[in-house]
Amino acid sequence: MSDRTTTGLPDSLVSNPRVSTWLTVTEHRGIELRVGKVELGQGIVTALTQLAAHELDVPPDAIRPTATNTAASPDEGLTAGSLSVMTSGSAVRRVCAEARELFRRAAAHRAGLDVDDVALVSGLFVRADGSRIGSYADLAAAVDLDVEVGDPTLRVELTPSSSKDLHRLDLPDKVMGRPRFIHDLEFAGMLHGRVVRPPRPGAHLVDIPDVTTLPGVHTVVREGDFLAVVAAREGQAVRAAEALVAGATWTGGLQLPDADDIGSWLRSVDAETTALRADGARHDGARTTLRASYSRPFVAHGSIGPGCAIAVLDEGRLNVWSHSQAVFLVGRGIASALGLAPDAVVVQHVEGAGSYGHNSSDDVAMDAALLATHLPGRHVRVLWSRADELGWEPFGPAMTGEVTATLGADGLVSDLSYEVWGNGHVARPGYAPQHSLLADAHRGGVDTMPPATDPPPERGAGTGRNAEPYYDIARVDVVAHRVLAMPLRTSSLRSLGANLNAFALESAMDELAAAAGRDPLEFRLAHLSDPRARDVLTTAADAAGWGGPLPEDRGRGLAFSRYKNRNSYCAVVADVEAADAVRVTRLTIAVDVGRVVNLDGVRNQIEGGALQATSWALLERVAFDRQRVLSTDWDSYPILRFSQVPHVEVHVLDRPDQPSLGAGEATMGPVPAAIANAVADALGVRVRTLPLTSDAIVAAIEAEIEAD
Amino acid sequence: MTASEASSRFDVRVNGRAVPVSVPSETSLLEVLRNDVGDKSPKFGCGLGQCGACMVWLDGHPTPSCDLPIEYVTGEVRTASGLGTPDGPHPLQAAFLELQAGQCGYCVSGVLVSAAALLRDNPCPTRDEVTAALERHLCRCGTHQRFVDAVLAAAGAGA
Ligand code: FES
Ligand code: FES
Repeated sequence: MSDRTTTGLPDSLVSNPRVSTWLTVTEHRGIELRVGKVELGQGIVTALTQLAAHELDVPPDAIRPTATNTAASPDEGLTAGSLSVMTSGSAVRRVCAEARELFRRAAAHRAGLDVDDVALVSGLFVRADGSRIGSYADLAAAVDLDVEVGDPTLRVELTPSSSKDLHRLDLPDKVMGRPRFIHDLEFAGMLHGRVVRPPRPGAHLVDIPDVTTLPGVHTVVREGDFLAVVAAREGQAVRAAEALVAGATWTGGLQLPDADDIGSWLRSVDAETTALRADGARHDGARTTLRASYSRPFVAHGSIGPGCAIAVLDEGRLNVWSHSQAVFLVGRGIASALGLAPDAVVVQHVEGAGSYGHNSSDDVAMDAALLATHLPGRHVRVLWSRADELGWEPFGPAMTGEVTATLGADGLVSDLSYEVWGNGHVARPGYAPQHSLLADAHRGGVDTMPPATDPPPERGAGTGRNAEPYYDIARVDVVAHRVLAMPLRTSSLRSLGANLNAFALESAMDELAAAAGRDPLEFRLAHLSDPRARDVLTTAADAAGWGGPLPEDRGRGLAFSRYKNRNSYCAVVADVEAADAVRVTRLTIAVDVGRVVNLDGVRNQIEGGALQATSWALLERVAFDRQRVLSTDWDSYPILRFSQVPHVEVHVLDRPDQPSLGAGEATMGPVPAAIANAVADALGVRVRTLPLTSDAIVAAIEAEIEAD
Repeated sequence: MTASEASSRFDVRVNGRAVPVSVPSETSLLEVLRNDVGDKSPKFGCGLGQCGACMVWLDGHPTPSCDLPIEYVTGEVRTASGLGTPDGPHPLQAAFLELQAGQCGYCVSGVLVSAAALLRDNPCPTRDEVTAALERHLCRCGTHQRFVDAVLAAAGAGA
């Protein structure tokens, strides 16, 4: 270790320091790039290929990116949207820069020159007069990449950035209708499995009908409360599973909380409490202006493609194909659940439909693995039903937050307290010692899965993410309560707690501005010294025509948030029409994501995030009675449709000299807040409960009448 | 009992060719296309006719294939993979790639199938007409605006 420097190395490189883990260069196969981050439809593979090409100074199509495989690729943990370009990107740049210098040294050696006299021009190493020494492929045999990064004898400088747009590498297959998704993967003799979930959370299996004589059925697997069938054809598996549903008897089940008063339930159950900031805010005088609670319901990831996985047990080795965001964790989780050695399970990533956090993808991999152990040598494919996808995936937690704020003599906020309650946001495989995968919990016959955890504050927290206001306020207290009872399982959904917390704090800022008799934009700017924050706010406001007149029934609202308070800056202006129902007509968004790696990719993610956040804000709520989830199809769990889509305008402020910050989650907090602020502007009523449905608006109007 | 005992023979006409298959008669058209014909372009999204991921043309009409038993299929089927070829992509496919209309891309083939029917019947649609034609499709990634832009671009390019 002494001869290399690990200081300043990206985390992914500290844990995977060998260049050869990331790159293979051969004479005939060219340059192969392996990363531990997976394509989720966010364009990461394209962005990383672009970074590698830029550092190696070759055209992007000279690089072949390969999908993550737990036995061959660097372990970069899980792929969480906004972190990926940052963590993996800096590792890829560094590895490629180092590899480039190793090749330059080999070229110098071959030409009998000093390294300083070898130039690299579009993938060719040349002499000062431009004459050719060789390409990467030509020099491959002379370079040993099986070395650790940080060789102090190399002079490694990162190539100054550029932000050219590269078209997505995965899109042509998808647009031309060629097989590309895990759902499309097929093996000879592959069988089809379907899992039968309990009729309600916590129910236990008593008895099952005999379905083994139904057409095509190979086997029925029953272990504890886990029940599944494997058949030759997909439809046969579905029909056998339906017969199991119809004939199986179950007992017991949990009592679920009252869906219409989730806030009270969250405040009443056991929780782990963390003080995130404690300046000693004071709210004793007549100036205490606001005390209000804001909440959101459980929200589904609602992937358009349900969870899918394939597994085969081959001479003691379990091969699993998965679209998980966390293939390394899934591999270890499956191994531990099945009592196998960690390296006996190999997980190959294959692209799936967008997941937006931890959805069914990890669980379905366990389902397939478990079924494959019952049929050695046979590939078993499992696909979740739409009802299971919307009913059994881990939801984004319901949350409630209370703001208390006091204005100072200058009309600005002097004291602010914020307290927030909700289930944890992390329940990936291995988050608890056992039963961290759904099939394993059902196999174990447990009533509930272990309570979800939260990332620590230094990693952005979960319940407490963005719970601290970004504004200059003298005294701020912030407390987060991670609720430990988990009748409905929860895990990460895009932006974790930032969605509710930004909704609460940015709604409160508008309420406080109104109380102070000031314009919401001007009021925010008066509390913001960070110039980058001010920039996104004024850019969005200018582009949207902030302050201009609006027709009746129209409203305009503003919100700002810096994701995790240290990541991308985002300001949103929402225009709404609020007659019968709320209709968002336009979103004007300004973002600062630091250095832009792929401008079109950033736009695509900001647009997509903004529309998903609009869908959450207007429509989405997991419905349940005291026994079971009721929103198990697209009629009972509506999401945004084409006719409801606002016009989205994105302004990206490029900061070439600043580190890259992810774009995927930046809009999830400010968009709902801007919409709620626009609704308040249009109707003069403050709705503090998401989603902003007609019912919620009527309830808010009634509550205001009652309060008067 | 084996799979074949309950099967019947059907001739499915897909993208201009006739494919004989032997499957249980209640098998969905989607399953036949994906698992028997081997055309993976229509996707399973809900199996309930609610999301449009499985959309195909049936005698020229955009139709969800997930809840349609093969025994009721008599017409000509066209799927997203039959819209164009790598060398001669459908103008819609070219526009989708040009405008990078797609995030995860799971909903894309269904969207293309409906959009192609629209442009066939109405070569110069308005923005509202495109929106209406795609209303049956769900996209969770929020790519709607780009899809509509791409359809309009393809129409402008003379689809
Ligand atoms: S899969 Fe057919 S409409 Fe959803
Ligand atoms: S692009 Fe992912 S669902 Fe539409």
